[in-house]
Amino acid sequence: MLDSDVFHSFRRNPVVVVSAVVTTVFVLAALLAPWITPYHPYDLASLDLNDAFTPPAWTEDGSRRFLLGTDDQGRDVLSTIVFGARVSLLVGFCAVLFAMTVGITLGLVSGYVGGAVESVIMRVADVQLTFPGILIALLIDGLARTALPRDLHSEIALYVVIFAIGIANWPQFARTVRGSTLVEKSKEYVQAARVIGLHPGLIMLRHVLPNVMGPVLVIATLSLGFAILAEATLSFLGVGVPPTRPSLGTLIRVGNDFLFSGEWWMTIFPGAALIVLVLAVNLLGDWLRDALNPKLR
Amino acid sequence: MIAFVVQRLLQSVLVMLAVAFISFALFRYIGDPVLIMLGQDFTREQYEMLVRDLGLDQPFYVQFAKFVVSAVQGEFGISYRLARPVAQLIAERLPATLELSMMAALLALTIGVPMGVYTGLRRDSWLSRFFLTISLVGVSLPTFLIGILLILVFAVQLGVLPSFGRGDVVKLGSWSTGFLTTSGLKALVLPAVTLCLFQLTLIMRLVRSEMLEVLRTDYIKFARARGLQNRAVNFGHALKNTLVPVITITGLQIGGIIAFAIVTETVFQWPGMGLLFIQSVNNADVPVMAAYLLLVGFFFVVINLVVDLLYYVVDPRLRIDRGAASGH
Repeated sequence: MLDSDVFHSFRRNPVVVVSAVVTTVFVLAALLAPWITPYHPYDLASLDLNDAFTPPAWTEDGSRRFLLGTDDQGRDVLSTIVFGARVSLLVGFCAVLFAMTVGITLGLVSGYVGGAVESVIMRVADVQLTFPGILIALLIDGLARTALPRDLHSEIALYVVIFAIGIANWPQFARTVRGSTLVEKSKEYVQAARVIGLHPGLIMLRHVLPNVMGPVLVIATLSLGFAILAEATLSFLGVGVPPTRPSLGTLIRVGNDFLFSGEWWMTIFPGAALIVLVLAVNLLGDWLRDALNPKLR
Repeated sequence: MIAFVVQRLLQSVLVMLAVAFISFALFRYIGDPVLIMLGQDFTREQYEMLVRDLGLDQPFYVQFAKFVVSAVQGEFGISYRLARPVAQLIAERLPATLELSMMAALLALTIGVPMGVYTGLRRDSWLSRFFLTISLVGVSLPTFLIGILLILVFAVQLGVLPSFGRGDVVKLGSWSTGFLTTSGLKALVLPAVTLCLFQLTLIMRLVRSEMLEVLRTDYIKFARARGLQNRAVNFGHALKNTLVPVITITGLQIGGIIAFAIVTETVFQWPGMGLLFIQSVNNADVPVMAAYLLLVGFFFVVINLVVDLLYYVVDPRLRIDRGAASGH
């Protein structure tokens, strides 16, 4: 699938190369956060309230110790952004993985088995697709928040958010996989596998699945952008990840409280990081869609 | 046609019942409504009497039926947080959300469609490229961040527009409108712009790609060959044929606007239903959440039904397809 054609179109497109580099930098920074940030922002021992509200280094009152300034607790904004991106990316990746697993399974099954199973799954997907993903995520998250006991909830809030965003996203995968499965099902290699008496589950997994992964990859990239945005939105509304593990959205929410008193850097820098990250991921997804779609060449 | 309508109606009713069921389960099984209504001091007899009065000792399907009946009549119980009837709270907040959403939808359509047509007709002009770049940024920008940036520029730095609330409102019967006062209109600008941007970019990109598709077809070439004026071809033939998907997506986007109104209302402290919902989530105010869920579910089901039927009316090809596909 990743043949030289795709690679060629990748190298020819500077915007895509830049997006790939930006995404890689974000992922690496998120993975290596504890080792590369100048400070550990959630290590209480290293915080000094006297450092609070330091503006960025290049402004008049800035300090060279804090490149992007500090927040209300004296944390280095640059470090909180790297740690925030870590949470944002973690939730984004896990949510997409979850949506992919559910969507691929249901899509394969409904495409391969057909009949009543197919109609039920696809009807549910259709109905869910008419609701915007962010609303579904918000509702699931809100319900979980009310239904679970408070201390239990704050413990598993991260998983609740992943679940909520993942559920909001599965129908796209299911639909695409079902479509491709229907096509693959009638091909000779599947019939051959059936004739030699392989278990249907095995056929789906070993023979059909690898051949439907192309479009899945495109949707996964595009949904990663959505998932990161959805997480940021939930966290901004105060119903997302727990405040003990702030994501980029949480940082923006906290910073927003200080917007009017002039501490703009607490909002603007995490916001810029979020925009750049999502933009890069979306550009990659757009390009991948076009590159893998022979109709558009 | 009738079979199609009936099928769609049935499906809508099913979806509505499912939503009602979730809403009912939430209402009934999260927390103990009796304990919450009784407060601190009560005897066992009082407790049991209230259980009987509220009908909570009856089988669950009877309770569900009652819940549906009272919901249809607009009875959603009493808010835990504000100790007022939920129906009344929602009726107060509804005008704010509807005015905001309508304004945003109007802006998105009146700006998005012309931009889409322009970028579709003049593919290679620098202005088209500029619009497209902007639209990509627009899709990647989260709504709440747009709101914050607008507040930072127009409210904090320039100080020309208010950053929160609805301004002065005028009562027209039970409807409170912000359209009739200067401060109300000024307060509407930033939230409406924030809310419309995402929809605007979406509509623009959709109209553009549909225009490109249609302009390639033979009947457009034929129309040009017949010597029709550009304007007649572009608007009479091309734009008209792009309208089907545009209607669908715009219709469905009304739902998106309601969803994103939650975010916009939180950013601007706009006293609508979305803000009410978020406050209820944060305070475990179950009756309000249940009612909001039902109401939004209802909006969506109605919108989808209307869009489906419109689709059917606008595009004759669909009727043939459906007939051939044996009502699938």
